[in-house]
Amino acid sequence: MTSVNQLIGVSLGYVIFLFAIAYLAERAAQRGKGGWLRSPLVYTLSLSIYCTAWTFYGAVGYAARSGMEFVTIYLGPSLVMIGWWWALRKLVRIGRAQRATSVADLISARYGKSNLLAIVVTIMAVIGVTPYIALQLQSVTLSLSIFSEPGGDAPLNQLIAGFWVAFGLAIFTVLFGTRNLNANERHDGVVIAIAVEAVVKLIALLAVGIFVVWGVAGGLAPMMEQIDASPIGAWDMDRSRWVALTALSAAAFLALPRMFQVMVVENEDERHLQIASWAFPVYLLLMSLFVVPIAVVGLDLMPAGSNPDLFVLTVPLAQGQVGLATLSFLGGFSSATSMVIVATLALSTMMSNHVVMPVWLNLQGPGAQVSGDVRNVVILSRRASILMIIGLGYLYYRFSGGGSALAAMGLISFAGVAQFLPAMMGGIFWRGATRWGALAGLCVGFSVWVFCSLLPSFGPGAVLSVATFDTGLFGLSWLRPQALFGISGLDPTVHAIVWSITLNTTAFVIVSLFTFPGPLERLQGAQFVNVFDHSTQARGWDAALATSEDLLIMTQRILGATEALDLFRAEAARQGVQGHLPEPTPGFLQQLERELTGSVGAATAHAMISQLVGGASVSVQDLMAVADESAQILEYSNQLEAKSSELSRTARKLRDANAKLTALSVQKDAFLSQISHELRTPMTSIRSFSEILRDTDGLGQVEKTKYASIIHGEAIRLTRLLDDLLDLSVLENGQVNLNFETGTLSTVLEKAILTAQASGTGPLDIRRRHLDEAVTLTTDLDRLTQVFINLITNAQKYCQADEPRLVIEVRQDDGAIAVVFSDNGMPIPPAARALIFEKFARISDNDEAGAGLGLAICREIMTRLGGEISFQGGPSGNAFTVHLPTQAALAAQ
Amino acid sequence: MGKHVLLVEDETNIIEAIRFLLSREGWQVDTHSDGATAVDTIQSMRPDLVILDYMLPGKSGLDILTEVRADPDFAKMPVLMLTARGQSRDREQAEKAGVSRFMTKPYSNTEVMTAVRDLVQLAQ
Amino acid sequence: MSDTGTSPPVFLEQRGYRRRRLMDALRLLPIAGIALWLLPVFWPTVADGPDAPEPMAMSSAIVYVFVVWIGLIMAAFALWATLFAHRDTSTDQDGEAPR
Repeated sequence: MTSVNQLIGVSLGYVIFLFAIAYLAERAAQRGKGGWLRSPLVYTLSLSIYCTAWTFYGAVGYAARSGMEFVTIYLGPSLVMIGWWWALRKLVRIGRAQRATSVADLISARYGKSNLLAIVVTIMAVIGVTPYIALQLQSVTLSLSIFSEPGGDAPLNQLIAGFWVAFGLAIFTVLFGTRNLNANERHDGVVIAIAVEAVVKLIALLAVGIFVVWGVAGGLAPMMEQIDASPIGAWDMDRSRWVALTALSAAAFLALPRMFQVMVVENEDERHLQIASWAFPVYLLLMSLFVVPIAVVGLDLMPAGSNPDLFVLTVPLAQGQVGLATLSFLGGFSSATSMVIVATLALSTMMSNHVVMPVWLNLQGPGAQVSGDVRNVVILSRRASILMIIGLGYLYYRFSGGGSALAAMGLISFAGVAQFLPAMMGGIFWRGATRWGALAGLCVGFSVWVFCSLLPSFGPGAVLSVATFDTGLFGLSWLRPQALFGISGLDPTVHAIVWSITLNTTAFVIVSLFTFPGPLERLQGAQFVNVFDHSTQARGWDAALATSEDLLIMTQRILGATEALDLFRAEAARQGVQGHLPEPTPGFLQQLERELTGSVGAATAHAMISQLVGGASVSVQDLMAVADESAQILEYSNQLEAKSSELSRTARKLRDANAKLTALSVQKDAFLSQISHELRTPMTSIRSFSEILRDTDGLGQVEKTKYASIIHGEAIRLTRLLDDLLDLSVLENGQVNLNFETGTLSTVLEKAILTAQASGTGPLDIRRRHLDEAVTLTTDLDRLTQVFINLITNAQKYCQADEPRLVIEVRQDDGAIAVVFSDNGMPIPPAARALIFEKFARISDNDEAGAGLGLAICREIMTRLGGEISFQGGPSGNAFTVHLPTQAALAAQ
Repeated sequence: MGKHVLLVEDETNIIEAIRFLLSREGWQVDTHSDGATAVDTIQSMRPDLVILDYMLPGKSGLDILTEVRADPDFAKMPVLMLTARGQSRDREQAEKAGVSRFMTKPYSNTEVMTAVRDLVQLAQ
Repeated sequence: MSDTGTSPPVFLEQRGYRRRRLMDALRLLPIAGIALWLLPVFWPTVADGPDAPEPMAMSSAIVYVFVVWIGLIMAAFALWATLFAHRDTSTDQDGEAPR
């Protein structure tokens, strides 16, 4: 039999081993050789402080009492880790970007660096976690007592043992938790020690499990049979507890201060989280793998009435496996100590940063020149906080008597810290969350938790009277701690969880909706929620009032002389300034604030720098000034942009104008060439024949007459061309005088046909409907006649059908009149159609008489008259439509 | 025996005048008035001289000249070009294309006859 | 060689698409876990009374819970291995649109 003294010896050896490892790790880290200390494996193992003595010993007891319900405590964290992409990723990124040192710091930073919130969270965390620390102390002393019982030595004084355990843990935490006070607030020694302890507790539990399954039960299959035959062999699960406890453990995993410490604060690299997302569930799975077998074998082997919480120890002992029992004891010891160390570290950071330091700073008065070495003050306050937390835990353990009240403490503690969740998650996902909302939610949730979960846990008559349980607080039946608002029948734990979280969230959301956040709060909110968009800090310091020297002095006091000098020198080098005093640029002040935040918390660091810089805080006026300035810059750049786009618009217009001019010039050249050609061609004939007539002797009378008539014809052609050109020029320049008269369409057509036929070249069958033509018009009738003549002569000239025919139709549509001239000649080729109204566009190749101006003149006339002329090609002929202006017809009706 | 002249021109009155002038001096005159088919006609007739109008329906005189000159057989054939457009650029382009003589309408009859005689003599 | 200019973008496009769907799977994984672990709520229990169906045997319950657990871990590992194992965190700025 191992004596208690031997066991204490083993424990001491183990503790010394841990000290050595922690010390070596710190040394390696200081020498910059600590890369291996920050591997994903160590990170994952450090997360295992989730598995405390409560889960090491308690899970088996839990399983012996309630079957598989224990596993919910592991399922929740597994889900959170596997779903890391949703919440943990953002939490870690924000925690790192903001250099959050604790849950309280994170919440305070999110809600405008409110120290009030930080204090509230700190107090709640201490109240929620201290009993849990007490539970760890109890588990260590209880396990020690197991070894003392059969030996008959002097019975172990559990209280004294508890004191020494607490003392040892305090020493360890003070030594490795406050050794260096640097900006990143990481503790290599502590982390490596808890990683080692994680391995020890896993190996211990697996060893006991393997021994039980293969050593006692005789293999996997008999084990399964034994499980089904055991008192917990059938599924007996309170359904609401299954769901509520899974959710609660998930919430606690996110909100527990010690989990925040290892998961966010001690996180070196975000990739480690990715790996832990599957590696940590593996750890949890292994931790719970043999829980039910150990419980079943324990229930079977151990005498009735033995404590199932200690089966992990008592089963190997009963089988004479002292070595295994000792290993198991070390496993439980590891679980308890690692939890206490990290929880204390996390709580003491909160306590020191948010309670002790602000109070101390306040006592120093408003002057910036605080006397003494702040660094020492910070370390001192941190150490005092550690002693205070562990002391509180010990006191709690001592005065609660270590009874059954502690057994339920695990879940109650979980429910307590879960109250942080709405403020945390709301803060990182909802920009509308405000300080007052967070405060309201925290207070409401915490009050409900105290009333429904914490106080009733001491049993009826202990804190709350029996009457309160039965008839409610102050006799109000809807205030019964286990049946709020008259809803009874719920499991008390589920009842407390559901009501506290629901009311917490409701208060948080409603108050947030009805309050308005301060400027700093809004900026921080934006930075938290949109942490993946911008990782830089958005608010700035007005550096004009701060002198570098003051800042250096202050930083030295907090970070230590060497580290502060290094920091300042590096910044000076970056700025290109000689010496060790950089310019106090806003960027540098922000960096400095972040560095200080690691040591004293966000609110305090902000307060300290603002004391030096002169402004108490970033005021709304400052923000407005910044906003104004950026608005001006924005406007200026908008103006520039507008100007530049105006310039490019102008340039484009110029280019267009130039292109137009070039095109016009080309057109003008073409026009002149055309005119030249049209004038010179008849001139050539005239000159040539007149020379023949003059120079040739002996021409016959017939020839003379022929040549003279050619000359005459060409002269007429020239005249007509000149007339047309003049006409067109007048029309195009808009100098034409229109002579409005009233007449009927039929008269106009009659006149046009007569004129055309008088000068006509060929026979043309013109068909009309006289009835339709009885339309009175008020327009320039002569010009309209000219258009009609042109169209009719065109048909006469170009219609090359065997029996040329022109149909003149008058169409009336809503008062608008259209006169259609359609012939049965060869259709104009589509390519030429677009050009027929252009000057000198000759439809036919062998056009001798026309210069190609007729249709151009028609178009100009119709435009002047306010109408239109258009061309429609058909399969069996061409049609020109003259659209008369509406008012011409209207005026006539 | 008079030489063979091909007149490519679309104005009937001008054809009439030139035909009168040339045939009175014993030239054999053929006429063609469509630009599009003028090249084929020139190549099949192989006249001693071509009088070519600049503006023709279907294909311009300049294009006809360029195509004719592309054939080495017709590189030396005398071509007298007549134009009514009166632009100096037209003359430059015609000369680049290898015109033998370029005249602007209206011309005097003696000018044309002298040019025709000179060109045919030069070609011999 | 003429198609070398066009095929890589198509390849990248497919990879990008694949990545996005894998990210979807990563996001859905915890939801699947919740659903699967919620299932025991519907199992018959001892508390349902003697008339109710036979309660689930504890050995089966253990096997179910642990098989789901192992499945989730393996899926999480596979997704991590395909999506992140060979990548630098600095490029992993935003999960919505992996760049």
